[in-house]
Amino acid sequence: MAADIVVPIEHEQDIVMARQQGRQLVAEMGFSSTEQTLVATAISEVARNILMYARHGEIVLTALQSENRRGIEVVARDEGPGIANPALALTDGYSTSGRLGLGLPGARRLMDELDLATVPGEGTTVTLRKWAP
Amino acid sequence: MPVPILRQADLLVATIQASLSDQDLVRFRDDLAREIGRARSTGVVIDVTALDVLDSFASRVLRTIAHTARLRGATTVVVGIQPGVALAMVQLGVSLEGIPTALDFEDGIALLRGRRRKKAHEEGAHGG
Repeated sequence: MAADIVVPIEHEQDIVMARQQGRQLVAEMGFSSTEQTLVATAISEVARNILMYARHGEIVLTALQSENRRGIEVVARDEGPGIANPALALTDGYSTSGRLGLGLPGARRLMDELDLATVPGEGTTVTLRKWAP
Repeated sequence: MPVPILRQADLLVATIQASLSDQDLVRFRDDLAREIGRARSTGVVIDVTALDVLDSFASRVLRTIAHTARLRGATTVVVGIQPGVALAMVQLGVSLEGIPTALDFEDGIALLRGRRRKKAHEEGAHGG
C-alpha cells in the first residue's frame, strides 16, 4: 500500500492542493472523471471546515485495498473547537456559520462512508471513504 | 490574479480560470459590480468551464455575484458547469437558485439576448 499523502491545511490554497492530490490519487485508481470530481469536492468541503472552524489542521489521503476493491480514505483532522452536537452536524440544515449545514451531510453524499470523531475543546476528525465502482 | 471582465456589445463576459483563489473570487465580485455601472451592462456571462470543483463556498460567492449584479440592473448567466461538477453540486445540496444557467458561452449570450427581446416586446406592447 502506498504511503499516506499528508496535506497541511493552513491557507486557502492548501484546500486546492488537497483536492488536487485527492483527484490524482483516485485517477490513478481508475475512478471516472465524474467520480474524481465528487472526491475532490468532498475534500474541498472538509478542508474548508478545518480552515473555517479550526484555522489549521491536515488532510491525510490513503489508497485503500480491500479484497478486490480499491478506494480512497480521506481523513480531515484538526485540534480545533470540536463539534458540540455531532448528531445535529450530520443533519441537513444545521450550521453555526450560516452555511445551512451543507458541509458534512453533503460530503457524505459525495462519498460512500463518513465517520465523525469529535471532542469539544480538543478537535475533530472526519474520515471519508469512497470505493471504485 | 484578477478575473478579466470583457465587454461584448452591451454585455459583460468573464471567464473563471481553474487556479482561482478564494480572494480572487471575492475581488471579482467587487470588480463586476463596478464594471456593470461603468459599461451600463444589463447582462453578464460567467464562464466556469475551467472550474473542476464548485464547492459550497464557490457556489455561495457565485450567488452573491449574481444577486449583486441584479441589484445593479444586470442579469447573470453562469455557463459551462461540467458534468461531474453539476453532479457534485446536486449531491452536495448547493444550488444556484434564481441564477439562470446555460450549457456554454454561446447559449448564455443567446439566453440574455432572448430575455432582452422579450422584455422589449412586452414593453412595446404595453407602452407603444
